[in-house]
Amino acid sequence: MSIAAAFEVALAAVVLGLGIWTIAVRETYSATVGFVAYGLLVALIWVRLDAVDVALTEAAIGGGLGGVLLLGAAARLRDAGPTAAEAPGKVVRVTAAILSVLTAAALAGAVLLLPDPAPTLAPKAVANASATGLANPVTNVLMAFRAMDTMLEKVVLLLAIIGVWSLAPDDAWGGHPGPRHQADPLGVLVFLARLLPPIGIVVGIYIFWTGANHPGGAFQGGAILASMWLLAIMAGLTDTPPVGRRWLRFILVAGPGLFLVVGLGGLWFGAAFLAYPPAQAKPLILGIEVAMILTIAATLGLLLAGAPERSVK
Amino acid sequence: MSGPTVFGLCAAVAVGLGLYGLITNPHPLRKIIAFNLLGSGVFLLFGAVGRRGAAASVGNDPVPQALVITGVVVAFSATALAIALLLRLFQKTGSTTLSSGAPPNASSDPSGG
Repeated sequence: MSIAAAFEVALAAVVLGLGIWTIAVRETYSATVGFVAYGLLVALIWVRLDAVDVALTEAAIGGGLGGVLLLGAAARLRDAGPTAAEAPGKVVRVTAAILSVLTAAALAGAVLLLPDPAPTLAPKAVANASATGLANPVTNVLMAFRAMDTMLEKVVLLLAIIGVWSLAPDDAWGGHPGPRHQADPLGVLVFLARLLPPIGIVVGIYIFWTGANHPGGAFQGGAILASMWLLAIMAGLTDTPPVGRRWLRFILVAGPGLFLVVGLGGLWFGAAFLAYPPAQAKPLILGIEVAMILTIAATLGLLLAGAPERSVK
Repeated sequence: MSGPTVFGLCAAVAVGLGLYGLITNPHPLRKIIAFNLLGSGVFLLFGAVGRRGAAASVGNDPVPQALVITGVVVAFSATALAIALLLRLFQKTGSTTLSSGAPPNASSDPSGG
C-alpha cells in the first residue's frame, strides 16, 4: 500500500470516527464540535478527490460558517431542559439501525458496482469552454451550462432569509438581527477583528476573481467576505443592519435579479433563456458574478445573524 | 482499493450514520446535525463518482462538482432556517421538545408575537 493510499484510508477512518462521535456522544455541544471537525476533514477528502472548488466551498461554508451557526445555536440552547424522556424505545432504535445499515449497504454496493469506464461529462465541458472564455470548467458549468441551477439556488437563499426574518417577534419586526455583541476592547477578538478583515477582503475578492480560470468563485469568495463581516459584528465593532433597510434588500435581490434580467435578455435577443451572446459571454458572466458575490456575502452573513430581535431605536 | 472507492464507502457509512441519528435522537439540534451528516455523505458520493469520471485533464467531472457546490449552499441555508425556527421555539416555549403534547412551561414569552 502506497503512502497516499494509507493516508486516504486513515483520513476516511478519522472522518467516520468523528461521524460516529457526532451521532453517539451524549452532550449536544460536544456533538456540534465533532461535526465542525468533521466538516473541515471532509474538505481534505474533497482535495484528495481532486475537486478543489468543492473543497473551498466545504471548508468555508460547511466547516466555517456552518460551524459558527451550529456552535452559536448549541450555546444558546444550553439551558434547554433534557429531552431524555422523549428518547425512542428499543423497537424504534433497532428498526432505525436496521434501516440505516441497509441504506449504507445498498449505497456501498452501488459504489463497488459502478460501471467501468465511468460515464463523464468532463470532455464536453472542456470542449465547450471556448463558448464562454473562462478556463475553469466548474465555473463554466455553474455560470453557463447549468446556469438555471445557480439562479434558482440564489432564489432559495432569498427564500431562506425571508423565512428567517419572518420569525421575528412583533416588537422587533424589521429590526436588528441577533443580539448586540460586546467584547473586551483590548481583547484578542477585537484585535483580530481589526487585523483580519483587510486581508480577508482581499483574499475573498482574489478567490472570486481567480475563479474564472482556477479553483475558486463567487460562492467561496462570498463566504470569506461574509465571515469577515461576521467577525466585525461578533467583536462588537459594528452592528447588524436593521432588516427593513432598502439598500440591504437591494443587495439581497441584486444577484438573482441581474441573473434573471440577463436570462430574459437571452430569451429576447438570443436563442434561449440564459443563453449568452458568445461575444459578450465573459463580461456578462463576470457582471452576474459581481452582483452574486455581494448577494451571497450579505445573505450568508444575515442567515447566520438570525431573526431580528431588537427594534430600531 | 482506489481512493474514490475508499471515500465512496466512507460516504455510504456517513449516510447510514446520519439516517440513524436523525431517527433516534430526540434533540432537534442533534437531528439537524444528523441531517447535515447525511447530506454530506450524499455530496461525497457525488465526489467519488465524479472522481472516477476524470477525463480531458480535469481531475473530477465538473458537472457533479457544480451540483455539489450548489447543494452545499442550499444545505447551509436550510440549516440556518431550521436553527432559526428552533431558537424561536425555545424563546417562545422555553423548551426544545418536538412532541405534540403541551410543552412544560408554555407561554413564558415576554415579547409576544
